[in-house]
Amino acid sequence: MKLIKNAIGRLVPAQVNGQKQIPFKGVDKFKPSGSKAKPKINSCIDFPEDGNKVVKNLKEALKKAGLKDGMTISTHHHLRNGDALTNILFDTINSMGVKNIRWFPSASFPIHEHLIKYLEDGTIHHIEGSMNGPLGRFTTEGKMKGIGILRSHGGRYQAVQDGEVHIDIAVIAAPTSDPFGNANGVNGKSASGLIGFALADSEYADKVIVVTDNLIPFPCVPWQIQGNNVDYVVQVDSLGDASKIVSGTTEVTKSPDRLLIAEYVAQFIDEAGIMKNGFSFQAGSGGTNLAFVLYLKERMKAKNVKARFVRGGSTKYLVQLLEEGLTDYILDGQTFDLEGVRSMRENPNHVNTSPFTSYNFHGKGNFASIVDVAVLGATEVDVDFNANVVSHSDGYLLHGIGGWQNCLYSKCTILAVPSFRDRIPVIIDEVTTLCGPGELIDVIITERGIAINPKRKDLIKLMKDSSLPIKSIKQIRDEVYSICGGAPSKPKLNRNKVVAVVKWVDGTVIDSVFQINKTN
Amino acid sequence: MKNILTKSTAGKRGDNVRSDCYFEIELTNSAGIKLDIKSKVASMYGDSIKKQLNEMCKFFGIKNANILLEDNGALPFVMAARFELVVKRLFPDLNKQFFLPVNKNNLTSTTKERLRRSRLYLPGNESKFFMNAGLHKPDGIILDLEDSVAYSEKEAAQLLVRNALRSVDFYGVERMVRINQLPRGLEDLKFIVPHNVHVILIPKCESPNQVIEVENEVNRLKEENHVEHEIYFMPIIESALGIIKAYEIASASKNNCALTIGLEDYTADLGTQRTIEGKESFYARSIIVNAAKAAGIQAIDTVFSDVADMEGLKQSVIEAKSLGFEGKGCIHPRQVPVVHEGFAPTSEEIEKAKKIVLSFEEAEKKGIGVVSLGSKMIDAPVVKRAQKTIQLAILNDKA
Repeated sequence: MKLIKNAIGRLVPAQVNGQKQIPFKGVDKFKPSGSKAKPKINSCIDFPEDGNKVVKNLKEALKKAGLKDGMTISTHHHLRNGDALTNILFDTINSMGVKNIRWFPSASFPIHEHLIKYLEDGTIHHIEGSMNGPLGRFTTEGKMKGIGILRSHGGRYQAVQDGEVHIDIAVIAAPTSDPFGNANGVNGKSASGLIGFALADSEYADKVIVVTDNLIPFPCVPWQIQGNNVDYVVQVDSLGDASKIVSGTTEVTKSPDRLLIAEYVAQFIDEAGIMKNGFSFQAGSGGTNLAFVLYLKERMKAKNVKARFVRGGSTKYLVQLLEEGLTDYILDGQTFDLEGVRSMRENPNHVNTSPFTSYNFHGKGNFASIVDVAVLGATEVDVDFNANVVSHSDGYLLHGIGGWQNCLYSKCTILAVPSFRDRIPVIIDEVTTLCGPGELIDVIITERGIAINPKRKDLIKLMKDSSLPIKSIKQIRDEVYSICGGAPSKPKLNRNKVVAVVKWVDGTVIDSVFQINKTN
Repeated sequence: MKNILTKSTAGKRGDNVRSDCYFEIELTNSAGIKLDIKSKVASMYGDSIKKQLNEMCKFFGIKNANILLEDNGALPFVMAARFELVVKRLFPDLNKQFFLPVNKNNLTSTTKERLRRSRLYLPGNESKFFMNAGLHKPDGIILDLEDSVAYSEKEAAQLLVRNALRSVDFYGVERMVRINQLPRGLEDLKFIVPHNVHVILIPKCESPNQVIEVENEVNRLKEENHVEHEIYFMPIIESALGIIKAYEIASASKNNCALTIGLEDYTADLGTQRTIEGKESFYARSIIVNAAKAAGIQAIDTVFSDVADMEGLKQSVIEAKSLGFEGKGCIHPRQVPVVHEGFAPTSEEIEKAKKIVLSFEEAEKKGIGVVSLGSKMIDAPVVKRAQKTIQLAILNDKA
């Protein structure tokens, strides 16, 4: 396989699964020209005049959609680890004897371990999306037929819109739908909040199948997915396990060390002058990312500061901010708990967003760069501030990118991470997989110290007299290495075999994931 | 070395284990050292683990053995403690100790008078809590060999605590160890005295002799190991008899720095229950404060055991401060800032103290003997208390 060194010094393949690739050219250095993908023209006269697009089952819908070998089938991940539909979908495809499918999910979860048998028997050729947990292990060991492609949420929209990925059939899990195909995620027993990740799929796929376990008479409002883009509607008993779709409650971490990091984050945002009337921030669902919101809230209340909007991953904690008047809006990309779902259903200021509005790099702007501060995690950060979110230090794929790459464009990007986990250093010399270029990462906050990117002279100056433990990133690395017993060895990888590539937000290839040598 | 067994085990295993490891060793007659390493950090630290184990085998003179390691990310000081234990279990008479180099940041000393508002308890056999304990900035950490350690793990904890005192950076906080109840506690001393312990907590103290016994053994070990810095004692009173003897205990050694109380055992001894309002222990706690002050040392309160109830903790600190206590035990790092805040002088107290000290100094300059502030006379004890408040405010970063 021919590998090229890209602009950030990583070796990436010139071709992936037979498709030519553009190596990463540097942040903001790649601006393609030409036209977007062109969805086919349809005519309403080809669809039932009474608006009833219901077919008897999923198999029937797939048949009508013209399913055949080698097609690209997309799913989305709002049902998270409660998703039964994707597994049923591939059981059905397998029963129809169809092979070599490119599976194009917006993310995968441990529940999709079920699909490993279809990767083994050739039903699925490869995955483009995320390869988490068992699927990550399978991929990294070189067992997948094709090469995996990891994209951010914004990158996924971009790839579809730019024609890099043509979806043949989109299968959209809809917690509520009408027979016309208007659908939303806020109502029904499988309510997931919103279903914005399926937006690109509904707009650009050749055929769109909406599958619901709550079919209601026309009209289904709000229509987060417009029925005018939908070909068939399938009714099923259950889309999955509601308790794993959204949690009953999301709880803040109890780990004293993570709480300490979260406290540092809030103090940093306050002291750097970011926390002021009308500001905005991004919060996720991870332990530390949830906890900093509580500490920030105390500071906002004490100083009488109100945010204009908060980007989520919404949880009850963000809902409380909204309901207590500490923010005007929640711009929600994905709803994590029941309180989030309720709020989105009832409160017009809890707004559903999509990767198009929030993250798409090839649009006329997006929300990501408007946000004042984003607090994110990482599995590894190196001394050049480059960070990894997809693989573990042993080389195994572990997580998807999610909106992480897209959020790096905020005015101040903070990675809140422990400096080491057990005996695994997080602050290291060089990341195993490079997912985010250091020039976009401003601050690293660990329990052992806070490193500000030397490029951010303004922040360094602002924090000069802070009581926070500001250190250089190399100081933190040295401390971690001395705790763990020296610099860690690199995993033994087969540098001739790329098992997956990581795309940057503009569609270029920023890094490769190599096969693990089993002798390890 | 004499050994009866050919096989032994040590350490922790299982899915829930973090930052620790498990060893099995079987002595063989030939074929050298065979290592079977299952480590979740193998790709990062596999070579370093092998090197450490081979070095330790050489140190202990083990030439032929099958060694199994199940490692869940144990740091080198933990692995060394577990391996030393597995060897010690084979050779009960072993009198060699394997030392990792001392972390230079740990070569600090302490003073008798330093602030002891908070002391954070760390179970002595739970290494995962050690590394970050100092980051939460308690005034002191306590590596506990007593009640938090199961009987069967007492030896394991001795080695782990010894290694922690040498290797773990506690970021300058005072380094305390709670030894076991005497006489067992005397055995603990050789694992801590040579390794820069600052304060030794003596549990279940009922007579001044116990303090003296500890002091004598500490002095013997200090001489033997050329330890020059001072080591202080904090007796813990946990019984009715101990309360009766409180002053004698508090004044038993010039190296006593504080006196404290353990209410779980004390209330059990009385045959009563701990309550939130604490009427049952009011007498005992007052005795502790009085005995400590009479002996010229600090009075330190018991722990607040509900880690989720921060408001309750705050109230209990305010109450402790009003009784005359200067510190409180913590069982969770999040309690530390609440305790510090509670013991710090309030801004009203500081303002008042400043006024008193300023008018006193002014009066002195003018040669006036009697000073008054508003309508109140200021005499010597008032000035002294005000000066102490200002000193405390400075130590609490509040002045």
